[in-house]
Amino acid sequence: MSVLVYTENWDGKFKKLSWELVSYASSVARMMNMKVIAFTIGKAGEEDMKELGRYGADRILSLVNSNLEVMDNRAHAKAIADLAVKEGSKVIIFSNNMTGKALAPRVSVRLKAGIGSGVSKLPLSIEPFTVYKRAYSGNAFADVVIRSEIKILTLAQNSYEITERPTGAIPETTEAEVDPSLVATTVTETQKQTGKMLLNDAAIVVSGGRGMKSPDNWGPLVELASLLNGATACSRPVSDEGWRPHEEHTGQTGKIIAPDLYLAFGISGATQHLAGVSSSKYIVAINSDKDAPIFESAQYGIVGDAMKVLPKLVDAVKSIKK
Amino acid sequence: MNIVVCISNVPDTTTRIKFSEGNASIDTSGIQWVINPWDELSLARALELRDDPASGVKKVTVAHAGPASSEPTIRKALAIGADDAIRVNCNPSDAYYTAGQLAAAIGKEGFDVIICGIESSDFNGSAVGGMISEFIGIPSVSSVSGLNIDTGVPVITREIDGGRESVKVPVPFVAIVQKGIAKEPRIASMRGIMTARTKPIKVHEPVDYDSLTEISGFEKPAPRAACKFIDADDPAKLIELLQNEAKVI
Ligand SMILES: Cc1cc2nc3c(=O)[nH]c(=O)nc-3n(C[C@H](O)[C@H](O)[C@H](O)COP(=O)(O)OP(=O)(O)OC[C@H]3O[C@@H](n4cnc5c(N)ncnc54)[C@H](O)[C@@H]3O)c2cc1C
Ligand SMILES: Nc1ncnc2c1ncn2[C@@H]1O[C@H](COP(=O)(O)O)[C@@H](O)[C@H]1O
Repeated sequence: MSVLVYTENWDGKFKKLSWELVSYASSVARMMNMKVIAFTIGKAGEEDMKELGRYGADRILSLVNSNLEVMDNRAHAKAIADLAVKEGSKVIIFSNNMTGKALAPRVSVRLKAGIGSGVSKLPLSIEPFTVYKRAYSGNAFADVVIRSEIKILTLAQNSYEITERPTGAIPETTEAEVDPSLVATTVTETQKQTGKMLLNDAAIVVSGGRGMKSPDNWGPLVELASLLNGATACSRPVSDEGWRPHEEHTGQTGKIIAPDLYLAFGISGATQHLAGVSSSKYIVAINSDKDAPIFESAQYGIVGDAMKVLPKLVDAVKSIKK
Repeated sequence: MNIVVCISNVPDTTTRIKFSEGNASIDTSGIQWVINPWDELSLARALELRDDPASGVKKVTVAHAGPASSEPTIRKALAIGADDAIRVNCNPSDAYYTAGQLAAAIGKEGFDVIICGIESSDFNGSAVGGMISEFIGIPSVSSVSGLNIDTGVPVITREIDGGRESVKVPVPFVAIVQKGIAKEPRIASMRGIMTARTKPIKVHEPVDYDSLTEISGFEKPAPRAACKFIDADDPAKLIELLQNEAKVI
């Protein structure tokens, strides 16, 4: 019996998210007295693979098959479900990211395993198996009891402390069985930005709303983000207007993020916007209206003109970085 | 070629969520029910495709699993422009049960494209679309931000970390859609509202399926500490607090 955790690799590498997942899986496994098996699909770097053992993976697997090279939901889900059966897994853990959301539901049907999606804490109890998750776009949390024999969890990003529990496990490779007829997806073109900090990976996010007034005012905001080694984001009207690229839009209908620090310049704090950022550890608001609703969700605030405050913040960060 | 858009019925996002005594269930009094925002956008895109002769799409159906009390939401989708509707007469108790019901009802009708949203705004499950595809045993494409149909052949854009891909997949398949699928929801016209009254809603009785999960209680988010205000003339103070008090930079 085991806890299985899927650690996706990006061009052979893992991210902070992967260590978080294994740390979480290892804590769940301890609660249930089970071993943790961490696996990736395809090949990741040897050092990266070994690193999974540092956060508590008792076994580390690469699941390989040439029919798994293209991301096809049906084929990938089949390979994962087969692995879970072979390893007698009772809990299967994914990230609640794009890949996790694509695969977990299909694996669920294959194994008749109930899903707790977007969980942000360790299970509240094992018998009955109860997890804690976001509901109503962050306006509430729900306790969900999973009654099936096998349980699937998708872990909300940046919700669990990375913990070291070195096992010294040696990475292994396992051949998956995937019939080529299961692979239905063909990719005809890929566009990828490289070198840019991705919004979902960033610990610090600097965001602007309509109060920034014009796309020409974004210079100091972008500079602040880069000085803090963070990513830039925006509210929906800003991306609708084409002031900023659409992948920066956060909120109910954009990206849902949970950085350590979210700095909001000229954002009013509509519920739909907060739905995407309310899990941030700290929210800081800079708004000229002292009654703006965003201040109700913020821990630190400045009532003032974003255009005047931004250059001063840039200077202050430069001086501490010296 | 036919498209079905799965629509869930959710409280309007600006509704203040309240719970019944003991926090066991939500208090539905005063809730304004709407089509899940993603599903509204999916419907807008499906109708654009139907209205474009080059796509080859002939008909757009909406499907909903829920009790008769959610019919106003289905009628709204018909008023916006869907041609007809399917309702599975059940209480959508969890994602597995709901997807099982929808798959049974939809699977029989020979749709080419099944569109689901990335999540319902009530329980944020992000599960029903993927589950339907596995129940029926057909391909699914997730993170779909663009759906085109060129004389019956789907051309899909899907988001990946830091970029996007163009992908092809044979029909029938399930598209699980997100931002980008349509710019705005379509608004019902006066004529649409009139004709919606006479459009058919086919009611299916539920098949036998288990629920695998259940909600045992709700909690309100812990209130955040009151905001600490810093003088606009001294933003350096904010950086100092973030560094030494919050310890996040
Ligand atoms: C179904 C639905 C889904 C939605 N999804 C999203 C979503 O995912 N994400 C999202 O963001 N929105 C979403 N919205 C829109 C949302 O309701 C708000 O309209 C939007 O978030 C407002 O954006 P904003 O704060 O940038 O602009 P505004 O509400 O216009 O606020 C601008 C703020 O800037 C302040 N300001 C003005 N000048 C200055 C200055 N010089 N310095 C500092 N502050 C200044 C103002 O006081 C004001 O508070 C959605 C709406 C609906 C109906
Ligand atoms: N009761 C329902 N009836 C029809 N479609 C649904 C229902 N519940 C969920 N869906 C579809 O599944 C998507 C994802 O919902 P969920 O898995 O509940 O987050 C929604 O955007 C709908 O397209």
